[in-house]
Amino acid sequence: MRQEGLLRHATTRLLGLVPTLLILITIAFFLIRMAPGGPFDGEKVLPPEIRANLDANYHLDEPLLQQYFRYLGQIITGDFGPSFQYKDWTVNELIAQGFPVSATIGGLAMLLAFVLGTLIGTLAALRQNSAVDYSVMGVAMLGISIPNFVVAPLLILVVAVYAGWLPAGGWDWSWQRMVLPVITLALPVIAYIARLTRGSMIEVLHSNYIRTARAKGLPELLVIRRHALKPAILPVISYMGPATAALITGSVVIERIYSIPGLGSYFVQGALNRDYTLVMGVVVFYGVVIVVLNFIVDLLYAWLNPRIRYDVT
Amino acid sequence: MALLRVSNLEVDFDTPEGLVKAVNGMNFEVAEGETLAIVGESGSGKSQMVLSFMGLLAENGHARGEALFHDKDLLKMNPRDLNRIRGKHIAMIFQDPMTSLNPFLTIEKQMAEVVMHHQGLGREEARSHAVEMLRAVRIPDPEERIKQYPHEYSGGMRQRVMIAIGLLCEPELLIADEPSTALDVTVQAQIIELVSELRKQTHMALILITHDLAAVAEIADRIVVMYAGEAVETGSVDDIFYRPQHPYTRGLLASVPRLDRESDDELQAIPGNPPNLLDLPVGCRFRDRCVEAVEQCRQRPPLWVTQDGRSSRCVLPVEGGEILEEPAAVEQTA
Repeated sequence: MRQEGLLRHATTRLLGLVPTLLILITIAFFLIRMAPGGPFDGEKVLPPEIRANLDANYHLDEPLLQQYFRYLGQIITGDFGPSFQYKDWTVNELIAQGFPVSATIGGLAMLLAFVLGTLIGTLAALRQNSAVDYSVMGVAMLGISIPNFVVAPLLILVVAVYAGWLPAGGWDWSWQRMVLPVITLALPVIAYIARLTRGSMIEVLHSNYIRTARAKGLPELLVIRRHALKPAILPVISYMGPATAALITGSVVIERIYSIPGLGSYFVQGALNRDYTLVMGVVVFYGVVIVVLNFIVDLLYAWLNPRIRYDVT
Repeated sequence: MALLRVSNLEVDFDTPEGLVKAVNGMNFEVAEGETLAIVGESGSGKSQMVLSFMGLLAENGHARGEALFHDKDLLKMNPRDLNRIRGKHIAMIFQDPMTSLNPFLTIEKQMAEVVMHHQGLGREEARSHAVEMLRAVRIPDPEERIKQYPHEYSGGMRQRVMIAIGLLCEPELLIADEPSTALDVTVQAQIIELVSELRKQTHMALILITHDLAAVAEIADRIVVMYAGEAVETGSVDDIFYRPQHPYTRGLLASVPRLDRESDDELQAIPGNPPNLLDLPVGCRFRDRCVEAVEQCRQRPPLWVTQDGRSSRCVLPVEGGEILEEPAAVEQTA
């Protein structure tokens, strides 16, 4: 009964994703075209014949609407087309190269943030209004407020330059080069999750069913682990969808600072160069990732919470 | 010998408005196998009193005094020792069955964990024991229903599950804190009856907190009447119902419909409100609402006690009773 409902719930949600993606593609497509300049506007003005050849080759000479539908037809097959700027590279290849890097850093950061955040939040909730609580939550507030473009150079300065423990940047898939970017990415998320967990944990600990669990004579640790943790973590789960998406895609700033060849770097380059296909490809790819992650979190939430009624979406 | 002996129990809460004195010097005993009813209106401290010696007070609550269970003071016990008693020797069921079960765990998990923890049973044994218990509280089709979540149960059914959880380890004492108040009227009597029936079968003692006087008359042995955090009158069911001494007890009885009374008797509400627990009056706490109040009530009233265990805190004498505590002067209690 439950599994069936879950499946139906999943299918309905999946179908609902199609219009979302379509709107995203449409807006992105016309926005980047409205930006002044084009992929072939450089400091050197190209001879008109060459320019016309290039435009024809990339179908830029067609009316915009025709290009839009051509693009739609193309990406349905999963083909994002060739990059304008990186010659001999297709956008698919660029994504395939950049995304694993971004996803690794982002995924590790999310994992770190989830474990540390819930742990810290729970501890603060258990020591509510104590010195521990106040100091932890104060630090968390700092973590949220300081932007990562401040944290990153500071970390590089202290850990890499002064102490010399870790490399300052670059990428070779070694853990040494992952530590600083992962920490930088994770810090504000740790702080946010800690605050979220603390709040919901305090609420849960005051609920009647926790009183029942204590009246059963269960040790406090078991009461928290078995009875309080799951309900307290639910708000964190719903936050994790967009947060994970932001971490594995939106590390644009971090990737620049630490010189990491991730998807974020390509996105920035693509936007600056009016590399239409690359920008569109990354945007659509981001869109799919965000939408899919939200979908997964949605399912996870429903699975964790037996009271969710799947027949209502 | 008393199973539970509570003496001079005080409970207060730190609040932004000041110190709320919820319980002020409660004394009572529960004998093995006895049913003790604690009655009183909302806010009289009934629930907080039992929560205090179960170690379940909110963080801002503090308990003083003694609550001896088998001569061991529950109030001074460390959490480990208290956890060996809670759920095993003393079980408790609560007022609101809709929120007292964990919505995220199956009934099986919530039942099995009790016996697995206290009696070291394996998962299978625990499960079959839990199924038997569900059968005992008359949950139909317990083998299937034990796999369900609380939201798949009605309020009355959830309270039956709470009772089943309470009785899993065959406790010596069950504390039922208004077990039927939150339920449909039709279900209320069933729940009280079920508790009383299971109590007889298992010979455990029962503390029934309620304002359902009809239920009390039916199943209790003795009654403690609470008002503003203290016991104003204690006695057997017959004493309280047919020979009430304290004006508050009389007022309480007059405010409840009874079959053995003339039908044209009007129900009498007690005028006024209970005193503010932030600022309790010196002297009798009921005097502002009492129709029989006299000048003497401005001092702390004496405690009358009889040979057969009746007591009343009032200036009005109890027949055959002696004064256990002299009324204190105003200056001393102020």
